Amino acid sequence: MTEQEIVTIINDALVEEFELDADEMQPELSIYDDLGLDSLDTVDMVIVLEGAFKFKIREEAEIKEIRTLGDIHAFVQRKLEVEAKN
Amino acid sequence: MPLNDSSTQLIAHRVVVTGMGAISPFGPSVAELDQGLRAGESGVRYCEEMRDVHGLRSLVAAKVVGVEPKRIARKHRRSMSNMSIYAALAAQEALTQAAIDGDQCRSGRLGVALGSTVGSTEVSQSFFEDYLRDHSLERMKTTLFFQLMNHSCAANVAQTYEINGRILAPSAACATGSQAIGYGYEMIVAGHQQMMLCGGADELHPLTTATFDVMHAASTGHNETPQLTPRPFDRHRDGMVCGEGSGVVVLESLESAQERGVEILAEVIGFATLSDSTSIANPNASVMAECMRQALVSAGIEAADVDYVNAHATATAQGDIAESQAIAEVFGANVPVSSLKGHLGHTMAASGALESIATIGMMRQGTLVPTLHLDEVDPLCADLDYVQQPRQKNIQIALKNNFALGGVNTSLILRRYTCD
Repeated sequence: MTEQEIVTIINDALVEEFELDADEMQPELSIYDDLGLDSLDTVDMVIVLEGAFKFKIREEAEIKEIRTLGDIHAFVQRKLEVEAKN
Repeated sequence: MPLNDSSTQLIAHRVVVTGMGAISPFGPSVAELDQGLRAGESGVRYCEEMRDVHGLRSLVAAKVVGVEPKRIARKHRRSMSNMSIYAALAAQEALTQAAIDGDQCRSGRLGVALGSTVGSTEVSQSFFEDYLRDHSLERMKTTLFFQLMNHSCAANVAQTYEINGRILAPSAACATGSQAIGYGYEMIVAGHQQMMLCGGADELHPLTTATFDVMHAASTGHNETPQLTPRPFDRHRDGMVCGEGSGVVVLESLESAQERGVEILAEVIGFATLSDSTSIANPNASVMAECMRQALVSAGIEAADVDYVNAHATATAQGDIAESQAIAEVFGANVPVSSLKGHLGHTMAASGALESIATIGMMRQGTLVPTLHLDEVDPLCADLDYVQQPRQKNIQIALKNNFALGGVNTSLILRRYTCD
């Protein structure tokens, strides 16, 4: 899976779940201030990502550090790379 | 005005209606509800998806039309099932009519009394279909509980409009909407709140119909002719038809409404609710009559003062007979009586509120809406003045009945408001 394919899957999943504007999914956007998510949404975001990529991430400490859409892209990228190596 | 003057218990406040909102099988507004009733339309349709439920014989229902859920922001809608969406949209219409703005919602003067029969069956079914595959909670969303909890409608409406007063979520099946209005009325009478957003909501699920079908109380003979059922008080009625929707009213103390300078649509002058402990399912005419008598006492009026009775009458074999006997016992044969179930089906927890709203419309317009499909009165029903055609009538006082499974009876008394 290419980096762009991963970004597309993430963005599509978030757009659908949180009714976001697909044209405005820029990586520098804050998921809280710009995309309008809150603590309930971020829990559900993990479930959505787990469903989209068929992995388990809810116990990953890094999730708490996510602030921007780009952080999500990078986190998922790293997670998939680790899983591929294992 | 103090937020809470319950310390001055001796003051009994008059309570008026200043806003109304409706999501019904006729559309998402009070105007469409009113128009559908006046045109003698039926909201009942054949429902193909109900065929998927093995053993379900009644395949007709009155579903809402024209609802636009996205009028509610996702932040609030995410914790709502359909019933809360209906309630929130009806509440929006009622608040707008009553000219209650955000500051007033947040003032603590406004409370919410809004209920449903159960939490969302559809959401519950969807969750358990997934959960029972592997008993895993890993796919469980955070907003599930908020759609299942018994006070889902009340809480979601309060959250959406930032209402900070009291929250009450009565759940008394078919009497829920009336109880909500009645309890809201009593809260204002006692001075605990100046304004209450009151009503009920329910969403249709085939299992709702199944509940009545298994008790042989659902209409099963009109799957090919849905526009001819249900038939309250009619000799050829064959049971009730389930519906959905929401009715919400703004109740307010008279002094609050006058202070705010808003239009007063009607006055609530009495309410009674009681438990019929003779049976959890079967109606009892004498207990129904007692409820109506208690409502009259509550309002300080005589039976002869009532100009119209809006009956619960769902078109079940026993219920209509019992209610007709109870009305005859209290009022004799001369008070005009009609039921709106022929038009709307039984909108469950919404019915008391939607039918109260419709009754207020009749009072304001001076026209009685007849019982749809009442072609030949059942000779087993008591001798009453059944309204079978639209009728011009000066209605000063109306009584609204609702009787629920579980043995919960309610009677509300509404008065046309005049500046006196």
